Amino acid sequence: MIRVEGIHKSFGKVRAVRGVSFDAPDGKITGLLGPNGAGKSTTLRVLYTVLKPDSGSASIDGIDVVGDSLRARQRMGALPHGSGLYPHLTARENVAYFARLCGLDKAEVDDRVDDIVRLLEIEDFADRRSKGFSQGQRTKVSLARALVHDPQNVLLDEPSNGLDVMATRSLRHLILKLKDSGRCVLFSSHVMQEVAALCDDICIIAKGQVAIDDSIDGIRERTGSEDLEEAFVRAIQLVGDE
Amino acid sequence: MRTVWIVFVKEIIDNLRDRRTLASALIMGPVFGPLLFAFVINLSIEKSLEDVERTLELPVIGEANAPNLLRYLASRNIDAIDGPEDREAAIDAVTTGAHDIVLVIPERFGDELADTIPARVELVSDQANTDADREARRVRTALYAYNQELAGIRLSARGVNPMLLRPINIDEIDVSTASGRSAILLGMMSYFFIFATLMGGMYLAIDATAGERERGSLEPLLSLPVTRDQLILGKIAATCLYMALSLCLSLSSFYVAIRFLPLEQLGMTPNFGPAVVFATFLLFAPFILLGAALMTLVASFTKSYREAQTWLSVVLVAPTLPILIVSILTLRPKLEFMFIPSLSQHLLLVDMVKNEPVNSLHVLISVLSTLFFGALLTLICARLYRREGLLG
Repeated sequence: MIRVEGIHKSFGKVRAVRGVSFDAPDGKITGLLGPNGAGKSTTLRVLYTVLKPDSGSASIDGIDVVGDSLRARQRMGALPHGSGLYPHLTARENVAYFARLCGLDKAEVDDRVDDIVRLLEIEDFADRRSKGFSQGQRTKVSLARALVHDPQNVLLDEPSNGLDVMATRSLRHLILKLKDSGRCVLFSSHVMQEVAALCDDICIIAKGQVAIDDSIDGIRERTGSEDLEEAFVRAIQLVGDE
Repeated sequence: MRTVWIVFVKEIIDNLRDRRTLASALIMGPVFGPLLFAFVINLSIEKSLEDVERTLELPVIGEANAPNLLRYLASRNIDAIDGPEDREAAIDAVTTGAHDIVLVIPERFGDELADTIPARVELVSDQANTDADREARRVRTALYAYNQELAGIRLSARGVNPMLLRPINIDEIDVSTASGRSAILLGMMSYFFIFATLMGGMYLAIDATAGERERGSLEPLLSLPVTRDQLILGKIAATCLYMALSLCLSLSSFYVAIRFLPLEQLGMTPNFGPAVVFATFLLFAPFILLGAALMTLVASFTKSYREAQTWLSVVLVAPTLPILIVSILTLRPKLEFMFIPSLSQHLLLVDMVKNEPVNSLHVLISVLSTLFFGALLTLICARLYRREGLLG
């Protein structure tokens, strides 16, 4: 379960995030939706602790991401935007490296890597060096890497970027599987349809602020628009320039 | 500790598989060094040998005016060839570099000699041209000797002992030992070792920071439940291992190369046996940590792999500066110098190669101060690695 409370983050003069708050409960898929540059990635980066918020707080399963970042990281798996692999290691080795760094011992690592390789259907290229992998293959391995230690909370930053139809489909299946096993899934996207097809709750972010945080039906109701794309556009217009 | 080890092993394997980079890192330094060194040594041997043995061709104006003088010069391996037409052309030729030296013998030479008037010859040379200067000196020495010989003959003819002309007999005794002479050239070795050491770890140092960021593998790595200190320590440790390997290779290649160089011809007997090679490794080992931390530090400031490469090539040159300054000023080892990394290693290595006693206090200071700077830079690296700006 992820809780974000009023976080602010600026880079020099650019105020990327201006008071974002939302909850992402266990057993649900929460979508972080917003146009490019809305502050989705910055919010997620605060959550997976590579950035510190200027103010506000965030917690993973009640653990503060700033105060106890090591334990918070233990409880999550993150797929940062544009994740890269180590080109000289095989897919399996890439995953195993992260598994070991997460504290799994040798026997556990082998089991978990086998499981995740099967789960994500990457057996075909699991023992090939990742140099020259396609975008889809890279994303799958990155995802396997993020999930190898079986985290309770899963943060995915635009995971479907650059994936073809089949790969997107299997990604969707995987996210649903995570939800069914009681995980908390938070993922960002700028594609309305994708979010609508998957998410239980949607948090629409624009200009660094939350425009609407509600279920899909709630969003339709509050914007007075049946068409989701129209609802999205209207929600974004709710956010003023300050 | 376990995390540091995991990162260390991964970086070793990763770098080991990058064949091309590995080859350039581990072959460039250790092989290029001795090759370049052999080239320079051979060049200087050729040069010093040819000075004595090679027949010097001396352009002469007015050859017909002094046949005896030319015969005398020929006996000293200086052959007269036809020079330019006249004195003006000779000066011109030397100025433009067409000839290094020209000897001008005026028509009156024979008459003046016969009349015991000091007979005039002119030696045209450019003293700013060191190569020409050496030849000019050879000709001048030969002319002085001829002068002495003629004077002796004249005195003998008048019943005077020619020894009167030599009130003093100068004997030069050169006290520089053979090993001492070799130190001048072998002093270059220290830079090759430092260069090879740095080269060995350069790519890994870049990869650990700029490379990882550029590839997009840094953010996932930082989101793992490990501290950044552990990550950077593992990376620096792996860099150190490759640097140590590169230093070993370059020491061994020098050890072998020196056996094939005709150093005796230069009167050199460098003291570079297995024991000295081993001692050199231990002496330079503290520099490994310093170099690894320095390169990681510089690379972590850069935005991309390319930029890191550019900056690190500057780092490769930096350790030469103190060595260069000391070589130019020909400073002797002093206690204060031992606090300066790279310079202290250089001075101590020169002493060892010269087979001179090495001051153990100097060694201690060199090792401790280099380790201190290495630890300090590692600390700064770890601090920088904690910055948010690391993500670029």
